[in-house]
This record gives sequence, structure tokens and C-alpha cells, in this order.
Amino acid sequence: MARDDNPRNGFSRRDFLKGGAAAGALTTGLLPEGLATEAEAQTGEAQVVGPGTVELSLQINGKREQVSVEPRVTLLDALRVQLDLTGAKKVCDRANCGACTVIVDGKPVYACTLLAVEAQGSKIETIEGIGNPGNMHLIQKLFVENDAQQCGFCTPGFVMATKALFDRHPSPTATDVKQGLGGNLCRCGTYAGINAVVAAVSKGGVSNG
Amino acid sequence: MADYNWPEAGKRSLIGKRISRLDGPVKSTGAAKYAYDIKRPGMLYGRMVTSAHAHAKIVSIDTSAAEKMPGVKGVHLIQQPGAEIKWAHDEILIVAAATQDQADDAARAVKITYEVLPHFVNDEAKDKSPEAKPAQAQVTGEPDATLAQAEVKSEGYYGLQQVSHCCLEPHGQICEWEGDQMTAHCSTQSVSPVETQFGEALQIPASNVTVMSQYMGGGFGSKFSPDRWGIECAKTSREVKAPLKLMLDREHDQASAGARPSSYAKVTVGARKDGTITSWVSESWGSGGPAGAGSPPIPYVVQVPNRKHQHTSVATHTGPARAWRAPNHPQACFITMAALEDMAATLKMDPLDFFLKNIALTGDRSKIYEEEFKIAADLMGWKQKWHPRGEGGKGPIKKGVGLALHTWGGRGHRSNCECVVYPDGSVEVKIGSQDIGTGTRTIIAIVAAETFGLPLEGVKVSLGDSRYPESGGSGGSTTVGGVSASTRRASVDALNLMFAKVAPTWSVTAEELEAVGGRIQVKGDSSKSMPWKQAASMIGASPLSAMGSNPDDTKGKLNDSGVGGVQMADVSVDVETGVVRLGKLVAVQDCGLVLDMKTAESQVYGGMIMGICNALSEERIFDPVTGRLLNGNMEFYKLAGLADVGELVVKLMTGPGYDDRGVIGLGEPPVISPGAAIANAVANAIGVRVPYLPMTADRVLATLAKAQKGGAA
Repeated sequence: MARDDNPRNGFSRRDFLKGGAAAGALTTGLLPEGLATEAEAQTGEAQVVGPGTVELSLQINGKREQVSVEPRVTLLDALRVQLDLTGAKKVCDRANCGACTVIVDGKPVYACTLLAVEAQGSKIETIEGIGNPGNMHLIQKLFVENDAQQCGFCTPGFVMATKALFDRHPSPTATDVKQGLGGNLCRCGTYAGINAVVAAVSKGGVSNG
Repeated sequence: MADYNWPEAGKRSLIGKRISRLDGPVKSTGAAKYAYDIKRPGMLYGRMVTSAHAHAKIVSIDTSAAEKMPGVKGVHLIQQPGAEIKWAHDEILIVAAATQDQADDAARAVKITYEVLPHFVNDEAKDKSPEAKPAQAQVTGEPDATLAQAEVKSEGYYGLQQVSHCCLEPHGQICEWEGDQMTAHCSTQSVSPVETQFGEALQIPASNVTVMSQYMGGGFGSKFSPDRWGIECAKTSREVKAPLKLMLDREHDQASAGARPSSYAKVTVGARKDGTITSWVSESWGSGGPAGAGSPPIPYVVQVPNRKHQHTSVATHTGPARAWRAPNHPQACFITMAALEDMAATLKMDPLDFFLKNIALTGDRSKIYEEEFKIAADLMGWKQKWHPRGEGGKGPIKKGVGLALHTWGGRGHRSNCECVVYPDGSVEVKIGSQDIGTGTRTIIAIVAAETFGLPLEGVKVSLGDSRYPESGGSGGSTTVGGVSASTRRASVDALNLMFAKVAPTWSVTAEELEAVGGRIQVKGDSSKSMPWKQAASMIGASPLSAMGSNPDDTKGKLNDSGVGGVQMADVSVDVETGVVRLGKLVAVQDCGLVLDMKTAESQVYGGMIMGICNALSEERIFDPVTGRLLNGNMEFYKLAGLADVGELVVKLMTGPGYDDRGVIGLGEPPVISPGAAIANAVANAIGVRVPYLPMTADRVLATLAKAQKGGAA
């Protein structure tokens, strides 16, 4: 059966690209604000490092951390494997899902798509740096109160994206929220809770949980 | 003597309240350690080499270059030359190395040659399938005769594509050996059963296996077994004599670690002019990979008196099917609700009136569906929003509403637990269950704390470890009913043992005592009362413990099975771009006694959102030329984002008539209807049926183009 209303039947590469472009109208493709400008900020003299292991000094959560990695190692792997900071998760590994979101120099960044060597000289903030179970950041507390988490694998990334959103826009508009959190994906379906968190932070931390 | 049955509404201090999940703080601060996060001393990293072809015979495997690469500690073959590969990304071998990058490098250096065989991946084209297995038709009444005589007939064609589970934490584990003892830190929905399965597969006593999973990043039905990667990881770990972490990469995970079968159907419905449904004749087919796919229960819920259904299982060279949240129900629901809504449109009836007219066909739960439809209609503003099909507005943005109904079982699974009260007053519930994100930890604590009259913090829940009493896997909405019942029974028995120790203090019998507000006291006499801690000090030097099980009909009626729910959607469709936007989705759901209103509602929101992804964006797309999965990533395998889901409204049916049924699972039901309700809303908006889920922009445009050319949609 080859029906002409199912474009998946005998589609061509051209059709696939066309369909992908149309489907791209979903906001899931939006990048967090700041990511696009990340590359633009990387100017200056080209410096060649590697191919062997490189000693790096990274400023993470207010502390200097020494890591020894190949130049190809991402910030995400440096955090998770070298420093055991495993709050940022590896999910898509291709800058699609936001589970690895950290804040670099005040901007939300996908740590899977930034090399550790590129993060030298920047201030890196991870989920572990903003609070802990006994002393949670307001946003973390509101994620708990509003049940904005189920399996919890996307949660640290969402918390960091939410923090970066409010750091930049204390009273975010709907468009700010869409842009600020549109680059993070959840499979369990916790968006209702996350919207409640955003509403509560906007009201100064009062939650209806 | 404490009673096993759930406390009455007025006497519940925790049950049914809005309680935040206990593991919320560790999750939202990144402190929770998932399998992917765990690091063991001396741990190596593995990468699987998988088939490049969808159907092939392995001719040769050359690992010599890979073995010499930096950091490589071992190569373990899973399939040998001569083996037949049945899908792209079928696993062939594992490379173990000191770092993940080294394992990945070495995996790329493995050379495999194949004899490529013809593949078949287009499951919709059943006539071209080399392996299509038609089943006997299921017949009730006189479908052909009544259809021939029907006053009104409606014919339709419907199809749902395969979808992946797309768990954010990929499948995988760390395996480590200590002598002949193997410990696996797994991303699993099933710690107790996986222990036994590991033992069988490795041919070692199950008592030598321990499976642990404190936190896991999503399963949705795809993480019930140790899996080939688990078993082969354990074998490789034994060979390289080091703990081995093996997590699937995203593309491999999407291609091999589970699919929901596709389903296509041709349906003819017969009815009287007054809207009474008389007959149903359908054929369906679909595939979930090499083993094909069984029949969805069609027609779904609405038991048309004269009906015939025939299903054909179609084998494809695609990664195998796994249970996917509410197996077979979303497919059956979409096909049935769309066909019935098409009949309503043929009759020019409001589908709400049409469904209500035929509600008796839904059987035992028809009164509940009726009540739910009325509540949902109010919450949606259905009567104001519904219009005859195609009258969705004059401009390019067309609006429409649609509805659907669904059912599920959700009876509590087999569960055992131990409840321990220590002389210092602390309480621990030990249970070989797991919290897959549904809030299992939290509801166990609620049940135990409620029973002991303690605050939530007074109870420690120990789970996620196969050394605790055996409990079932978390699937099919069976966990909450199972673990709440075993916990209640163990807690009541432990409390009764305590009562026996305390009763002599006031020269009363254990039956005269109660535990409330952190105290044990003589019922109705607050002068004879002591704090919990003081009571606990009377149990002696050793802790007191009791076991509880489910099922156990001798100790209270605590759970039940069988729920109904309805959903209504409103959408806007841009007929110029084909983009469907969800305005609002209303879910009204019956689920028995709710233990934690907050996490229960989260299950419904989560199911709705997953259903929205099914309806609008997610599908596995296979390349007809190579047979490979084209979108084994999260860029083109599209999940909805925060701004894609519209307004969600959840109403749980609770109170008298519902609570007294006991606990019933809630994970599956809400995911079933969204596809059908949204598809019906789209048909209502644009005037023609988009026959496929997901209703991507290209499909909507193709449907509109076909309708414009005059073809029947």
C-alpha cells in the first residue's frame, strides 16, 4: 500500500528535508538564549593545544579545579568523569536536550558542546554549586514543591536553565520563558510543574504546590 | 487492633494530601546518583559495536587493530561470523578500555564485513512484507450482515508510526565481580526480577547477583530485563577483571532499546440514523520489528454488538518492540476513536452526543465515563467550542475540538516488604522495588507513616536493591497497588506487635490501642497515652519486624483493577503551514484511592505530554534504501518542549464511590487518549481526517492536498 498522504512512503531525501524543516516549527528546536552568542564570544588569537593530554585549570563553583584531559574532551565529560560533578547529565550529547546545561559567565550553555579547553578563564556554575539537599537554592526548592520532576534526569539541566533565565530576566515575559527553557527537554512530562516553578519565582518564590 | 483496610476519609492524615516527593531535593540538586553517574574503583568503560546493516550475515570480524589501541583492555564478541543480523544496530561486540573515548576510538577501528541481505522496513506496506502472519478474525454477532443493512456507513483508514521510548538516561549498567559475586548498578524498572534473570543468563546462582538502582532516568516499559548489553557487560567485566560501565550511545539506544509497534487499520462502521452504532468491521496490521506485532484490542472499549476484527503481524528489519507505556492501548484507542468520530461526522452529530448515546457499549464503567464526559465538557467548554466538521474558521488558522476515552487495569503486582521498628523509635520499610520517577518512595513512606501515626520523616524507605524482599517490576501501573498493600500489611502487623508490648502498661488489650499523632494510646482516652519513642523503647533490645505481601486477601481489601478516563483537546491548525498547535487538553481520570495527590497528578500530566508527543511530533523514521533509523537522535526524533504542550487540565475522580475501591495504578491510562483526542480535534478543525499519527506538518499538508484534489481523506 503506497498512499500519497503518508509522506513516509517512498519519500525522497528532498521530501525528508522539507518535512524536517516544517516540523522544525515546533519550539523544541529553540536554543537557550546565550548559546548562539557563545561562539561569537570566542575571538582572539588561535592557540594550538594537544593532541595529547592537556593540563587545565577551570573555575568551577568558585573554586579552581585542575583537570588533565585531551583537547577533544567536552566540558560535560570533564565535569562528570574528572571531577565527579555528575549533576549535569549526558543524554543526547548533541546540543538538543539541555540535560547538561551549566552556566558559563552568566549564560546557559550546553556542556556537551563546549570543549573543556574552551572553558578556561570562564566562570562555570554547575547544579552542585547553587545548592545542596540540605540547603537548596530557591529554584531547587520550588522544583520540589511544584513536583517539577519525575525521573529527575532532565531536572538539573532545567534548574540551571531556569536560574539563568531569572538571572537575566527577573520578570520574564512569555517569550523570555519560551526562549530560556525551550532548549530543554523532558520525557516524563514535567512541564506543568516547571511552568508552576516559573510562575512562583516570578511572584518572589510563592508557590501553590 | 489496627485494621488492614485503608483509614476512612476523615481519619487520613497523609493519604490523599499534596505531598512533595521525598527524593525531590537530591534530584533537583544533582546529588542523586544514577547508573550513568556511578564510578567504581578501577572501572573501565565499554562501547558496543553494532551492525551497520538492517539485514545481513556477518562474514568476518577483525578486532586486531582495535585490540592494539591505547587503553584497550579487552574485546568481547557477542555474535560470531555467520550470524544473521536482523536490524541495524544489532549488537556484535563490546570493547572495554580505560576511558570512554578510548573505547569509542577502538570501536571505530573494528572491521566487520557483511553479506548484505534484502531488508524490509516499511511496515505500512504489509503486502510487500516477506513475513506477514495473518491471525484468525475475531467475530462477535453478525458483523457482515448488519453492516450490509446499516442505515449509515463510514469507512476510514488510520495509522500510527513506531515510536521509541527515548528515556533520557540511556539503557546500561555497571557490572562488577568480587569472586563469584556479581553486582550490577542498572538503569532498570525491575531490581528484583533482573537479579533472577542475570543469574539464569550467566549460569550462576541468583543469590550471587545483586542489582541496584536508587535512581533511574526513565524506562516507560523498556527497562525490565538485564538485556543483552547487561549480560554481555557482566561477561566482559569478568573477562577483563574490572568493573565495567556500559551505557548505550543515543543512536544505539533509539534503534535497539525499544519501540512501540506501529499499527495501521481499515475500518468500516455501521450505525442507525439516530446514531446507534450497530456494526464494526476492521483489519489491522503493524510491526514492532523482527517479531512483528500482536493485535491491539480493536474496537477499543466501545463493544459494538456486531463486530469483526482481523490482524496481521508484519515482521520488519527494525529494532525489536518492547512494552511501551500502556502497551497496545494508544494504537487501539486512536483507531477506534477516530473511526467512531468519523461516523459521528458522517451523521453530522456532535461526537459528545454520539458517544453518550452509545455509552452503554462501554460496559461496566459506562456510568463513570458518562460522568467524566460531563465534567470534561465543562472544563473544556465543549458545547461552546464544538462545531460541525470543517467549520473551523474562515482564515488560515482553523480551530477544532476532539475527544476520546480509554481504560486500563492497574492491579497491584506481587510485592513483599519488611517493616522494622527499632527500639529508638525509628522505622524502616525494606522493599525490593524501585522508584522510576513515579513517586514510589514517597507513597511507601506515606502508607507506613499513616499506619504508625507518625510524620513522614519518621519513616525511612529502603528500596532499589535486590537484597530487599522481592517485589515486582514497575510496569503496567502495577507498582502503587502492590507496594502500598505490602507496606500497609507489614506496617499494621508491626504496629500490632508493638501494641502487644505496650498494652500491659494500662492493663488493656492490644485491640484497645491506636497510633495517632505520634503517640500510642487507648482508643478515645487521651489520659492513657505515650509518645511513640517511649512506646518503641518497650519493644526490647532487638528491633521488631513484620513482613507484608501482596496479594493477600486475608488482610484487607487494599487495591483493585480497572479504570476509565476521558480526554478532550482543542487545537488550532494552520492550513498554510500544516502546523498543529494544541490549545488545551483536559483529562478526567478515575483511579481509585489516591495516596499522594501531588505525584498522582504528575503522572497524569506526564502521560498527557507523552501522548502529545505521540500525536504531533515523535516517530521512528527508517531509510527505505539502507534500512537504518534516520532519526536516532534528539534533534529529529522530536519530543515536545515546554511551549508545545498548551494548557493542561487534570481532574482526578476521588471521593465516595472511587476511594473505597482501594489503590489502582495511574501510570498508563493518561497516555492513551491524547493521540485520539487531538486527532479528532484536527479533523474537526480542518474538515478532513489526517489518517496518521504523528500529525506532522507535512502529513497535514498532504492530507489537505489530497482532499483538495477530491480524494477521500
